[in-house]
Amino acid sequence: MSEPRADTASIVDRIEPVDAEGVVGVACLGSVPVFVLGEEALLFAGPDGAVRLPVHAGAILDVASDGKRIVTGGDDGQVVVTGADGACETIAADDKRRWIDHVALGPDGAVAWSAGKTVHVRTGKAELKRCDMPSTPAGLAFMPKGFRLAVAHYNGVSLWFPNLPAEPERLVWKGSHLSVTVSRDGRFIVTAMQEPTLHGWRVADGKDMRMSGYSAQVRSLGFTADGAFLATAGSEQLILWPFSGKDGPMGKQPRLLAPSSARAVAVACHPQQPVVAVGFADGMVLLVRIEDGAEILARRSSGGAITALGWSTDGTILAFGAEDGAGLLRL
Amino acid sequence: MPDQTPPATPASDRIPVTVLTGYLGAGKTTLLNRILTEPHGQKFAVIVNEFGEIGIDNDLVVNADEEVFEMNNGCICCTVRGDLVRIIAGLLRRRNKFDAIIVETTGLADPAPVAQTFFMDETVGAKARLDAVVTVADAKWLKDRLKDAPEAKNQIAFADVILLNKIDLVSDEELREVEARIRAINPYARLHRTERSRVAIADVLGRNAFDLDRILEIEPQFLAADDHHDHHHGHDHHHDHDHDHDHGHDHNGGGLKHYHDEDMQSVALKTDKPLNPDKFFPWVQELVATEGPNILRSKGILAFKDDPQRFVFQGVHMILDGDHQRDWKPGEARESRIVFIGRNLPEAAIRQGFESCVA
Repeated sequence: MSEPRADTASIVDRIEPVDAEGVVGVACLGSVPVFVLGEEALLFAGPDGAVRLPVHAGAILDVASDGKRIVTGGDDGQVVVTGADGACETIAADDKRRWIDHVALGPDGAVAWSAGKTVHVRTGKAELKRCDMPSTPAGLAFMPKGFRLAVAHYNGVSLWFPNLPAEPERLVWKGSHLSVTVSRDGRFIVTAMQEPTLHGWRVADGKDMRMSGYSAQVRSLGFTADGAFLATAGSEQLILWPFSGKDGPMGKQPRLLAPSSARAVAVACHPQQPVVAVGFADGMVLLVRIEDGAEILARRSSGGAITALGWSTDGTILAFGAEDGAGLLRL
Repeated sequence: MPDQTPPATPASDRIPVTVLTGYLGAGKTTLLNRILTEPHGQKFAVIVNEFGEIGIDNDLVVNADEEVFEMNNGCICCTVRGDLVRIIAGLLRRRNKFDAIIVETTGLADPAPVAQTFFMDETVGAKARLDAVVTVADAKWLKDRLKDAPEAKNQIAFADVILLNKIDLVSDEELREVEARIRAINPYARLHRTERSRVAIADVLGRNAFDLDRILEIEPQFLAADDHHDHHHGHDHHHDHDHDHDHGHDHNGGGLKHYHDEDMQSVALKTDKPLNPDKFFPWVQELVATEGPNILRSKGILAFKDDPQRFVFQGVHMILDGDHQRDWKPGEARESRIVFIGRNLPEAAIRQGFESCVA
């Protein structure tokens, strides 16, 4: 359990509980918080009560959202895009009903997904592209500039231009990479590894960087709105790596905020402000201001770990899922 | 269906995972289908390899594409199955849909990365636990495979439970011969003689073979419970060999042949003198660091000097998992016992090292 944080400002009495179990992701479509359940459905927490929308015939394995739509991949082999109005469209179905392990959203309505060793992209013009990877992809992320997809897999990352016939460029680092994140300016790519460490590359010259010191695998990470920091879970505090300089975090120390006895397991950067929501393994949620480390208690520790954490695009709603509940806060 | 033979449920609510191994054609899939169709009231999620030919009669079947990933710790034997990490994480999202997971490996698969996945991946280890490695062996052909297929020997050495299958196709003489070959490699697994993989479900599921609390004894299992030679040999078969390799001879009139495998053996250590933990742990760490690639499995029950509790450990290659288990009971012999199963183990050096750990 975390320390009581008796002196910390608290907004826990403003939590609106949501009746959702097994939450694996949260997103907001406009002003409506949406809870992605591990099985089958999305739960729209609209003003007239929660509405459950079945989207898959089985487990939902991955989710991505840009605030206008949610894309989900399921163990039913389907890729489903759901809009703010609740309309859902199956945009692809794997011919062998293989699991859709990962999904990503790109510019102009593009969607990427992976099944087995193959990555697929549907462009904004509904053209389908595919590319086989050297091993099963473990994470997908579109680059902010150019129509390019970063794919994490064993021994590195592939950078693929779906509209070009060329072989993907490979960023090589030995080991199992479990997720991929791209900096806001597209200059850096960071993966979380099987070991409790991050690996990064400067895209321009492929220079390697290693970010270590975690007590566990880094299951959640994201760049702040201004791109100055990479906020990361995986330790008994919030770890922020500086990315503002031309060398990124190379040769610099990370900032360590929000120390706790419990491990940080989820982070979500505010979409405008230099504030990070941090979810812990004991269920506590803190809002942390990067500038001075000031904290606001958003949820008390409850026992069950936080499983999902996310902001609305305007930054006025924070939604969370935990092993023992779910809810949202309007700020 | 009512629960007729529910496997033992451990205190932990982690999902039990049973790994089925066995060389091509030994009868793994027959065993799998038998487990799935027995009226046990359990629901299983089944992970099979992509090249399986026989249909699996189950709702939740996932195809795995064997991906062995090395860890970045400088150890070549520290590997995990990346496909299992991914698939088990996905299955756990539907964990109310099944009670246990069965992993059927390919006939050529190495069981070690499968087992290590449960100890090296935090997410998998937190939510699922390895129950046992069950190896199906073909009574007629195993003898040949042990000569020409290192995978087959690995699977025997690694097993917690061995089904010696297709015994209807061999003579009594051949059966004893192949059992002796198995025992030369792995004297500790439970061995069941079967036809068409017919075995009681409780003999293959709910074994808790990797549960530290269940390491109650590490006596050689020379004769299986269902074996009609129902007597026990009172001496060690696995060390102090004074005979030449690869010939059989009878013991005690029981008709059990006794072999020494050319490259895969077990080394059993035992002492009634208390051990010094400050000597033992550095020794065993060093041993698995240097011999890790050759040590497939290890298990131990240890009595440390001035320690009221017994310490138990088990390992796969260089990964060791150990803890204090419970107080020694009054009158219980405070003995330390260790077993290593592995390839070309330097037995004399291991014995000497172990003896130097005495307090």
